[in-house]
Amino acid sequence: MSVQDVVKRCEGLFEDLEFNAVKQWKAAHPGAKAIGYMPIYVPREIIHAAGMLPVGIFGGGDQIEVIQGDAYYQSYICRIPRSTLELGLNGKLDCLDGMLFPSICDVIRNLSGMWQIMFKDKYVKYFDLPQNYDDDTGGRFYIHEMEALRKDLSSLGGRQITDDNLRDSIAVYNENRKAVRELYMYRAQKPWQAPTSEMYLVLRAGCVLPPEEHTALVREYISETEKQKRPQRDNARVILTGAFCEQPPLGLIKSIEMAGCYVVDDDFQLIQSWLLDEVPVNDDPLGELSKAFLHRSASTSSKYDEKKADKGQFLLRQVKTRGAEGVIFAAPSFCDPALLERPMLQEILARHKIPYTAFKYAENTGQMAPIREQAGTFADSIKLWSAA
Amino acid sequence: MTTATAPVPTAKKEVIKEDAMWLQKELINRNYHELATAHERGKKVAATFVPGNLNELLMCFDLARSLPETNALQNAMRKKSGKMVLDAERDGHSEDVCTYVKADLGMMLAGEKGPTGEALPRPDVLLLSYTGCFTFMKWFELIRQKYDCETTMLHVPYQGDGRINPSMREYVVKQIKEKVIPTLERVSGVKFDIDRLRGYMRESQKAEDDLVRVLQSAKHRPSPIDGYFGAVYYIGPIFTAFRGVPEATRYYEVLRKEVEERMRAGKGPVTPEGDHPGEKYRLVVEGPPNWTSFREFWKMFYDEGAVVVASTYSKVGGVYDFGFRHDAERPLESLADYCLGCYTNLNFPQRIDMICKYMDEYQADGLLINSIKSCNSFSAGQLLILREVEKRTGKPAAFIESDLVDPRYFSAANIKNRLESYFQMIKQKRTSSENVHRH
Repeated sequence: MSVQDVVKRCEGLFEDLEFNAVKQWKAAHPGAKAIGYMPIYVPREIIHAAGMLPVGIFGGGDQIEVIQGDAYYQSYICRIPRSTLELGLNGKLDCLDGMLFPSICDVIRNLSGMWQIMFKDKYVKYFDLPQNYDDDTGGRFYIHEMEALRKDLSSLGGRQITDDNLRDSIAVYNENRKAVRELYMYRAQKPWQAPTSEMYLVLRAGCVLPPEEHTALVREYISETEKQKRPQRDNARVILTGAFCEQPPLGLIKSIEMAGCYVVDDDFQLIQSWLLDEVPVNDDPLGELSKAFLHRSASTSSKYDEKKADKGQFLLRQVKTRGAEGVIFAAPSFCDPALLERPMLQEILARHKIPYTAFKYAENTGQMAPIREQAGTFADSIKLWSAA
Repeated sequence: MTTATAPVPTAKKEVIKEDAMWLQKELINRNYHELATAHERGKKVAATFVPGNLNELLMCFDLARSLPETNALQNAMRKKSGKMVLDAERDGHSEDVCTYVKADLGMMLAGEKGPTGEALPRPDVLLLSYTGCFTFMKWFELIRQKYDCETTMLHVPYQGDGRINPSMREYVVKQIKEKVIPTLERVSGVKFDIDRLRGYMRESQKAEDDLVRVLQSAKHRPSPIDGYFGAVYYIGPIFTAFRGVPEATRYYEVLRKEVEERMRAGKGPVTPEGDHPGEKYRLVVEGPPNWTSFREFWKMFYDEGAVVVASTYSKVGGVYDFGFRHDAERPLESLADYCLGCYTNLNFPQRIDMICKYMDEYQADGLLINSIKSCNSFSAGQLLILREVEKRTGKPAAFIESDLVDPRYFSAANIKNRLESYFQMIKQKRTSSENVHRH
């Protein structure tokens, strides 16, 4: 496939709110189940080890008219739960046999209980993640949570999830994470070759494809885009942060790029780059998943920073290692984690004299002109400032 | 996240209060004075949140206790919070986030004067009990960022499956033992004594028994209390710095006797304008109250003859009416169960079950939801609660919107209109049901 074909395929998967890829996978694997998960993070390895398809659900985006979902939410709640409910109530998620709601914020937490009530025939689990990072405390609790999920999925799937199954799945996801890291690295080196609007789609395909297929797709994208030389522009290199749950519309990402920014790191669909390195494949698969989560995972606003000194360090590292010149805080309206975190991160960036700008969006934001103007002014100011 | 405490309104005209309410006011004001003078008396100060507060444990280290939600709501009742919220927004905080947080940060920006006008000291330690509210975590990270004070995190897992499993309890106990206690020992310089903790917990239990009797008195007709507007006074001491203190035990004993006396006399609740004009509607309320116009809000109910017989908000700092008590025989496990069992740590099916139970046991005419813009922990999903409760009980439910401490979100005319329509609806429903029975 050419790079255009790869992107086109990914775009098709992204736009398909009927989740046909999931249906096709199920048709090809009679009796196998598909399990949805919401942002930010669940150990997909356990779902995969059960012979099931993990499916990332990031709301309905800007392609769905939310009617029923709005009847469940006040105007001051973000949009992702209402469009997710809309998908559920319209039967678009019927292909899923269960849904996982990881701990991220109170809205998604409460949605887990709503799902229990509204979709009684489905497996529904609130999946708690530890905020204590000691192996013997938070780790023990987390392993117990994972064991409970393993038990539930074993019973749902009608077969025991063995340690061997888990090890195989960890290896599969290690490879997937490696490919994703390669893509992030490639974009940071040559952002003109891997525009974020394309990379986003390639990664988003990982929400509905089996990880093995997605890994191959990511690598194919890298090799195909490398073949096709694209013009390099004098854009500002920026990190985009705050978009880890409700996703901005694709048009917004394109607008930022068109305004003169190369996004060289981001936190879209953070699950795919959550664990920062390989999870060792050994005798204690859940123990290793736990250690990776506790000690070698991305920092984001729904995770507690144990010490004041830890705050913002992950972002500063991103700025440094990716060679970024500024940070764009892009947060969904009414997103408590991102919006409460933002002033703290801004203070740290200011201390390090790293320029930043901030705006809010919703997954169905339609007016891009203000975003383009703001991002353009930001890019210009970086260029003028660094030239001075 | 929201929480309760004893409001101390400053009104120009004379406000009618029960004796227990005066006592409560005295306790709350005394705590502010103790906080103001803590450092000069050589005492260290801890800040912690109402849901999942470990008051008995903090007292074991001789720490003065400050509760930021309480400070915010006290400021709101004194009409001070609007400016604080605006100041925090001007300082870079989003208009979308919790106004308790912004009122607290605004208070710091204005020179850290507490609600009573006395200085509020900088905390020496933040006990971040992450119970039932995500915002708590960011709130204390924000304070830590500003003050650089020691912070100890107690992560309380959510009852996603509607129960407390042993792993959850073990996780909380382990954190208390290995993180919280060592930090408090270090900050305070006081060695932990489990028997001292047990002593406080025995005291807590007595107060909890009396509080439950007070809250359950509303099953009586007419109800001698208002289980929402009145209850926020009643829960003040036990939800804040006084659980486990003998004065609080005495307060609840006085309160219980007062309420029992009202019940014997066939009296309704005491309102700020005197005796309740007569019980016409019995309601269950879900969600926290608005604090900026608390009296005006309450008046809209009693003027129409409405009494709130039970509320979920009065369980935000501990659900005692379903049997939980602090247990001196298993102190740390019991503290864990307390945190795990607070109302906003319950999942949706549990919350709905609780409300339906209240509707039945307190013979309520309907459910009213006061949805708070600031508080996703309560608000996200409340419209489903409304539908489910209506479906299960056959009783009418209504929905109003306001905010905790941001006066911009209290629209008196809108709320009054909705309430009046709602009371009409209850009346009609009652009449039609009586007609059905008659024929």
